[in-house]
Amino acid sequence: MTASPPDSAPNPGPGRESRRPGLARWLPLILFAGFLGLVVYGLARPDNREVASTFIGKPIPAFALPPASDERPGLDNAHFTGGKPRLLNIFASWCVPCAVEAPQLAQLTAAGAEIDGVAIRDRKDNLARFLAANGNPFARIGKDDLSKVQIGIGSSGVPETFVVDARGVIRYQHIGAIMPDDVPMILRKLKEAGQ
Amino acid sequence: MRTLGSVVAAFLALAPLAPVAAQDSMPPAPYAYRQLPDAAQEAKAQALMETLRCLKCQSQSIADSDASMAGDMRNEVRLRIAAGEQPEAIRAWLIERYGDYVSYTPQLNTLTWPLFAAPAVILVVAALLLRGRFRRGRKA
Repeated sequence: MTASPPDSAPNPGPGRESRRPGLARWLPLILFAGFLGLVVYGLARPDNREVASTFIGKPIPAFALPPASDERPGLDNAHFTGGKPRLLNIFASWCVPCAVEAPQLAQLTAAGAEIDGVAIRDRKDNLARFLAANGNPFARIGKDDLSKVQIGIGSSGVPETFVVDARGVIRYQHIGAIMPDDVPMILRKLKEAGQ
Repeated sequence: MRTLGSVVAAFLALAPLAPVAAQDSMPPAPYAYRQLPDAAQEAKAQALMETLRCLKCQSQSIADSDASMAGDMRNEVRLRIAAGEQPEAIRAWLIERYGDYVSYTPQLNTLTWPLFAAPAVILVVAALLLRGRFRRGRKA
């Protein structure tokens, strides 16, 4: 029997712990590696500040908005039931990306989509100027000065576009301006909402 | 140092662009900056607003934010409190629309329960480990 020098025994405790030294020794490192992996995953994930609505699949809440423009009637929720699926565009004349998406909205109406607008905290004269400059793709435009409809459907900014089916159920939310690449996708979502 | 300088310069150059995208000229909502006449109701509303996230400026509560949407949310909260609605019902109403993210107060649900259970589980595991160790110590 050879006596081992005292410094070669890292764990001076009695027998039982040395039975399976492998796992006990590596466990902290494995846990730490797992934690590190989680941190790297969290850091590498692209930053996303968009808050998606969790109101998809639910019926649009009851509302009645006065007209935001002299050219179009106001908007209420009853307007969405019956008929065919519609787009609900949350926008404002003071919103720069809303002007960016205007040609795409025109393209959507040209393809047969019906779009209703909710103008957030907007003035009639500013809105008239905005529509004159960018075109008016809307069938109706409701004036929402307290962001009531916006909050009611879980929208957190302008512009946002919702697909609402013929039963008045919200089917899809597009956050941000509709870019030219998005047009076919929006039309497809509209079609899906009609099936 | 040069890279840091250029990053700061780029940030400063871009900063003025940000608010341009979201500036309306409407007056704030009636109860955005006005307190409720009933002090007890206002205290309830204030406590709730401090735990609701502003969706425009996501590290602020709606009580802290000057974004017009936060003002509209304060108006909504105050009117609902004034109408007799319970704060937790209003929180649930907002969570239904925006998800748990809108609430700074963590919610107990199927996704978050392990977080709440973890301390108890760790205590129990620690107690079991200690018990095993003490017994072993006595035997040795």
